[in-house]
Amino acid sequence: MHRHPPTNPDAPEAVVVQDLHKRFGSLEVLKGVSLTAREGDVIALIGSSGSGKSTMLRCINLLEVPDEGRIVIGGEAIALKKGRGGRTVPADARQVDRLRTRLGMVFQSFNLWTHMTILQNVIEAPVHVLGVPKDEAVDRAKRLLDKVGILAKADAYPGQLSGGQQQRAAIARALAMQPKVMLFDEPTSALDPELVGEVLLVIRQLADEGATMILVTHEMDFAREVASEVVFLHQGRIEEQGPPDRVLVTPESDRVRQFLARHLSNSA
Amino acid sequence: MNWTLMWDALPRLAAGVPVTVQLVLFAELAGVALATGMALMRLSGNPVADWIARSYVFVFRGTPLLVQIFLIYYGLGQFGGVRESVLWPVLREPYWCAILAMTLNTAAYGSEIIRGAIQAVPHGQIEAARACGMGRFLLFRRIIVPIAVRQALPAYGNEVILMIKASSLASTITLLEVTGIARRIIAQTFAVFEIFIVAGAIYLVLNFALAWAVRATERRLTPYARARV
Repeated sequence: MHRHPPTNPDAPEAVVVQDLHKRFGSLEVLKGVSLTAREGDVIALIGSSGSGKSTMLRCINLLEVPDEGRIVIGGEAIALKKGRGGRTVPADARQVDRLRTRLGMVFQSFNLWTHMTILQNVIEAPVHVLGVPKDEAVDRAKRLLDKVGILAKADAYPGQLSGGQQQRAAIARALAMQPKVMLFDEPTSALDPELVGEVLLVIRQLADEGATMILVTHEMDFAREVASEVVFLHQGRIEEQGPPDRVLVTPESDRVRQFLARHLSNSA
Repeated sequence: MNWTLMWDALPRLAAGVPVTVQLVLFAELAGVALATGMALMRLSGNPVADWIARSYVFVFRGTPLLVQIFLIYYGLGQFGGVRESVLWPVLREPYWCAILAMTLNTAAYGSEIIRGAIQAVPHGQIEAARACGMGRFLLFRRIIVPIAVRQALPAYGNEVILMIKASSLASTITLLEVTGIARRIIAQTFAVFEIFIVAGAIYLVLNFALAWAVRATERRLTPYARARV
């Protein structure tokens, strides 16, 4: 079986989150979680639904603002402050916008812009956010669409594509920003089973090329193959973390064992 | 039915079309701008702005356009301050009074259409834009507006058709648009039925052209809505 190389302890830190807390009303979704992704790491966040794994991922690019904690992207800490009503808000919206350009995000429901063609989706942010000249952005977009196998669909609209094709287009859109880190939020959960493979193939290819990635996934076999580290969340806390062969094969925690047993019986 | 009379009235009634079209065109141009402002005030999250826009919609959507036209044309002139103001040369003209009333009226309905269209922009597409590093203004210009315009178009087309028909109320303050001319011809000929049939047919043609234009725009802006695989 193919395996991702383990974490290189000397590689620079790409993403560091420390002691994140997040509440939605009275519900505390994250109760102090920390994570370090070094360059070249592929970190799989796993756990039952409601464990806080998606919220943790969405805190990294501030789609959710944590109530407490520290987020450092490429050595730069995101400045947070207390806003009106005691809620934590970004101190500098422009800093957040700038750091987001270094983090490529892929969503469960693709979220392609429906009024643009696939090519327009891919060049939109490079041209209008980064200021890349249009023909250069088009060249790069076409190479990326070719890489994810949907160059023939460049002029189609998202609604004309299958879910798997849309998700591959969304991956190309995120890659077009040449991000330092890719974030995947359950990228195959909205797909028909027969379309999951084509998306996983693209993500695996990125992992093999050495991309730094943090992904929330329910695909345990895939996590085991592609991840350099697996983090298991349970009720807003990290229950266990470590190399995939340890966490997913010989876990110390009973909860992880129960989760894996349930998951294997589900997938059988 | 006096066919000759109807045929003779046609060019005279058609001469009123430019005025009808101008009333609607100017009212809609100003109305869309005002409606957008009101919609943004509703969505601003600022309680004062929200209250102002709500009250505006409440008043102008809740009262008849005819009453609004009368209030502006007959009512404003009672105030000395209005008569002495620089706006008086405009506000004493029935033409501008009709346009003003129609603008205020259509903006009330339009702001609700625009507000709904903006709120209906899928949240995921907004998040995707934010995740790419788009700031508020860029997000609004490149993602929210284009999607909202496409969503608002059918309903806004309806609103413009309603305004074409409502422009006939301008005849009550002496304006000679299609209906005004029709009433004048009827006063001379007493041929109520014939003349109003021709007038009605002219409105039908105008609205047919408008509905066609709206559909054509819709098809051009949303090619993906036709060709689903």
